[in-house]
Amino acid sequence: MVKASTTGQGMAAVLRRLAALLPAGRILQGPAQMAAYESDALTAFHARPLAVAVPQTQDEVIAVVRFCRDEKLPFVARGSGTSLSGGSLPLENGIVITLNRLNRILRLDPEQRIAVVEPGVVNLAVTAAAAPFGLHYAPDPSSQSICTIGGNVAFNAGGAHCLKYGMTSNHVLGVKAVLGTGEVVEFGGPSREQIGPDWTGLFVGNEGLFGIALEITLQLLPRAECYHTVLAGYRTLEQAGDAVTAVVASGLLPGAIEIMEKLALEAAVAAVHAEYPPGCEAVLIVELEGPREVVAADRVRLDEILAASSPVEVRPARDAVERLAIWKGRKSAFSAVGRLSPDFIVQDGVVPRRRLGEALRKINEWSRESGIRCANVFHAGDGNLHPLILYDGREPGALQRAEALAGKILRMCVEMGGSITGEHGIGVEKRDYLADMFSADEIACMQRIRAAFDPLTIANPGKMFPSAEAPALTQHGLHPLEKAGVISRE
Amino acid sequence: MSIALEPTTTAELVDAVRSAPRVIAIGGGTKPRLSRVGDGFTRISTAKLNGIVEYEPSEFTFTAQAGTPLRDIVKALAERGQYLPFDPMLVRAGSTLGGAVAGGLSGSGRFRFGGLRDFILGIRFVDGEGRLLRLGGKVVKNAAGFDLPKFFIGSAGRFGVLAELSFKVFPRPAASRTLRLEAADFGAKVKLFAALANSRWEIDALDAPLEEPAVYARIGGPATALDALAAEILGRMRGMVLTSGEADFFWLTVSELRWAHSTGVLAKFALVPTAVEAFAARVRACTGARGWISAGGNVGYVSTPAGTPLPDFGTVGVTLRGDAPLWLGPRTRFEVMNKVKAALDPQNRFPDLDERE
Ligand SMILES: Cc1cc2nc3c(=O)[nH]c(=O)nc-3n(C[C@H](O)[C@H](O)[C@H](O)COP(=O)(O)OP(=O)(O)OC[C@H]3O[C@@H](n4cnc5c(N)ncnc54)[C@H](O)[C@@H]3O)c2cc1C
Repeated sequence: MVKASTTGQGMAAVLRRLAALLPAGRILQGPAQMAAYESDALTAFHARPLAVAVPQTQDEVIAVVRFCRDEKLPFVARGSGTSLSGGSLPLENGIVITLNRLNRILRLDPEQRIAVVEPGVVNLAVTAAAAPFGLHYAPDPSSQSICTIGGNVAFNAGGAHCLKYGMTSNHVLGVKAVLGTGEVVEFGGPSREQIGPDWTGLFVGNEGLFGIALEITLQLLPRAECYHTVLAGYRTLEQAGDAVTAVVASGLLPGAIEIMEKLALEAAVAAVHAEYPPGCEAVLIVELEGPREVVAADRVRLDEILAASSPVEVRPARDAVERLAIWKGRKSAFSAVGRLSPDFIVQDGVVPRRRLGEALRKINEWSRESGIRCANVFHAGDGNLHPLILYDGREPGALQRAEALAGKILRMCVEMGGSITGEHGIGVEKRDYLADMFSADEIACMQRIRAAFDPLTIANPGKMFPSAEAPALTQHGLHPLEKAGVISRE
Repeated sequence: MSIALEPTTTAELVDAVRSAPRVIAIGGGTKPRLSRVGDGFTRISTAKLNGIVEYEPSEFTFTAQAGTPLRDIVKALAERGQYLPFDPMLVRAGSTLGGAVAGGLSGSGRFRFGGLRDFILGIRFVDGEGRLLRLGGKVVKNAAGFDLPKFFIGSAGRFGVLAELSFKVFPRPAASRTLRLEAADFGAKVKLFAALANSRWEIDALDAPLEEPAVYARIGGPATALDALAAEILGRMRGMVLTSGEADFFWLTVSELRWAHSTGVLAKFALVPTAVEAFAARVRACTGARGWISAGGNVGYVSTPAGTPLPDFGTVGVTLRGDAPLWLGPRTRFEVMNKVKAALDPQNRFPDLDERE
């Protein structure tokens, strides 16, 4: 890890030279100017960087990164700062390079169904630009109205449609980036085929540890013609889980399979007046999509399967309005649960789908034993849990108890053969759990690869890898944008 | 070349890698150019690292040893109504799972849901220092750690020997239909590619032989729906639906590369649809050469008869068999590539990234 060993005076000189790299006003140094950059969506944690660089062009980003290399000055790339794992948390001995102004869609080619974008382009803006051509950009994290493609690439962001369509990485065809060494590289390109080692695949999901993505080539997909969205209520979570198993075993490939548990349902009712069948412990949402003839045939089978799964009630969406209402309840569930409690920790572990029931039983058991409330909303189709662990940070020891439960859940995920993160990344939040999933040799291998891209450890140091340097971290409350209702958590 | 080592366990694989200063892994030998390296390499066959380790249909995942023939995997999946949607290639020819990954050869079905890179979940491999490492995961969704599994796609054994791989699979659609659509020339074919790809029909595979004035499109799903979709497509484009026998034969011709010469050079190129016409013209200009366009104009294959050198296509490609450089077309060697190679293989135990030896 690089230390700012420079004296205060020396650092002032370094920052003056940095300021000279960009036009006036685009190196922020005042505490007020930098306030917005002091944390990400892991809101409890703040760090004031030495400065915030606001480049507007790729060349400016390259110049700033090369300056950092020459000065051994750590930097943190930043998109919209919606990371839930502290990925874009600044460093007190480094600078933030914010990429929001590199927000041009450089090319949109409807015939080849690709878009070439700068890193600061907002996820949903890609789909908005593609929509007139009947196309869309598939990865849909629920922060999509605000998070950037650069942040998505760094974190290999997911969403509600990963089982069928994969994550960000499956839609990135090429990346141009400036590395921690200052080298500018171009991996992949406009073809959907790669020749030789998949450098693009290696780059995506690097959590900002390799360098800064400058230009990203994305594949676009035709928008599905037709949807069939069903909400089914169950008396027990077990029954909802069995229904998922039955759907999966039937040979159908739904675009989304989601489950919400009681506490989350109650919260959604309170927050957005969602309506659910009474007396349900769990609600299942299944969505089919495709050409209308295919959906028409598939829905007959889905209806049969659900009818045989002992539901309290099955409610198919009859039109687009009802479909959106189902999704609104689902997507608001977490911020809604957040209102029940001053603070919460969101978890992102993955378990094999067949062990979902067992995992949830354990979580609920631990929740009861410890008296810590826990709401479960999850991507049942791919085993991605998002338990929300509620606590009150003002109560002494509450945070530590919540963290202990969170840690227990993560370890359970690993023991069941799953993962500590399905889509939110390791960041600072889960770095101490990396060793639960990977051996010392495996972590050392990843560190060597990181060193190949960033030998000076200046690109987002202190993230992903276990490290004694930063404090233990936790999350309090809603992201300001969630409070404002701009985005919701999935 | 010398007899290959044949480890039967991962422990033996580790020993095999450590046993010689230069080693190269060999799978089924269906893409021989990838493992054709200079003398002085000890060959490690994965033939006895064979078998499906775990297959849980309800998870849509399996894990198999690197030397497992694709044939066995395809069969096991089919028994449970599942498949690898990218149409794995050279299955009958004897390709192994590890060889498919190292060779980066997906298949026609990659058009809809993506290729090997989109279905690989995790790997166990032995690096150049003889360490057995597992990266990625076994579940369908995982964002922990760097994505080494994807990086190994197309890596041709240059960074490590694969021991075991985990993949995601999908339920196989109940039925499929293959349409043969007329297209006089490559200009027309590329137009058809775009029209089909951007349609509501959700085309699974989109291929075009060079020698035939036609584009082949496959759709999958419930039979009744497919008949309606096929009728609509044929209402707009001239063509016909193949019988299932004809369709099977056609897709086998593609996946087994049976359209190609049995000797000579066979190479794969990454294309974009707008480059397809020029690519086809270059193939035509080479006497005796045959060609094939796959994945809606994103992949091109060329096969030249024995003795005919491969023309320069000016686009990146890889030679699968025959006498031509391994890597074709313009490539930029970034410094970081050497560094990553050194990170995984500091003593250069595996073949060099380029063929400098
Ligand atoms: C309410 C809410 C809901 C969410 N829902 C989801 C969800 O459904 N699925 C999901 O996957 N995530 C979700 N997230 C997490 C978050 O939105 C994603 O991780 C997203 O990808 C972050 O994008 P960003 O632009 O905000 O990046 P930031 O938070 O600014 O940065 C994230 C990481 O990327 C790095 N980075 C940013 N830009 C670049 C670049 N150009 N080059 C290199 N590195 C870069 C940063 O250094 C940091 O490490 C949610 C977050 C919130 C607050």
